[in-house]
Amino acid sequence: MFLLDLVLVVLALSLMAVVGRVIVGPTDADRAAALDYGFFVFLAAVAVLAVRLDSPDLIDLVLTGTLVSFLATVALARLVHRRRS
Amino acid sequence: MIRALAASVLLVAGTGLIAVSALGLIRLPDVYNRMNAVAKAGSLGVVCVLFAVLLLMPGVRTAVVVLVAAGLQLVSAPVGGYALARAAYRAGSPLADATRYDELGGRVPGAGRQDGAG
Repeated sequence: MFLLDLVLVVLALSLMAVVGRVIVGPTDADRAAALDYGFFVFLAAVAVLAVRLDSPDLIDLVLTGTLVSFLATVALARLVHRRRS
Repeated sequence: MIRALAASVLLVAGTGLIAVSALGLIRLPDVYNRMNAVAKAGSLGVVCVLFAVLLLMPGVRTAVVVLVAAGLQLVSAPVGGYALARAAYRAGSPLADATRYDELGGRVPGAGRQDGAG
């Protein structure tokens, strides 16, 4: 259980990096890449939380989140292409 | 016991990959390098964490969901990263100074290195 808490802390620090890159990022493509990565970190955190809270239903959220993440990334790519930042 | 040990190893490996990816997101010089770190290390880290979760919560339901989610992640993350990098190049994101080869240089209007040095 201690390891799971440590993993959650590391994932939270990774999300701080995402927030920093979204704020700083020179182009829109940087922000889109950071959001894509933020989705990955979120999925990993939900999977770890399913074990930590001992509720297997949360695993289904990972499956749905994977699909949503892919669609969001492709939509952001269209947006970056259109905007010509 | 051995299952918990294997799950711990997978969990540490996945989280380490995700942390390295976060470091790359902060430190790497241009958007293509950052996208490289994110799409590869990030997706592999998520898959490692998912398999660790499968070892910690064994069962048919968890196994099906984890296998489908890991497969989708391994297929969709590189495609998403590729789409994003292509869009970034076509939108004219600047290349890092250390870039030595730009094979698309000058072939895509309004993209890549601006001085045409290729």
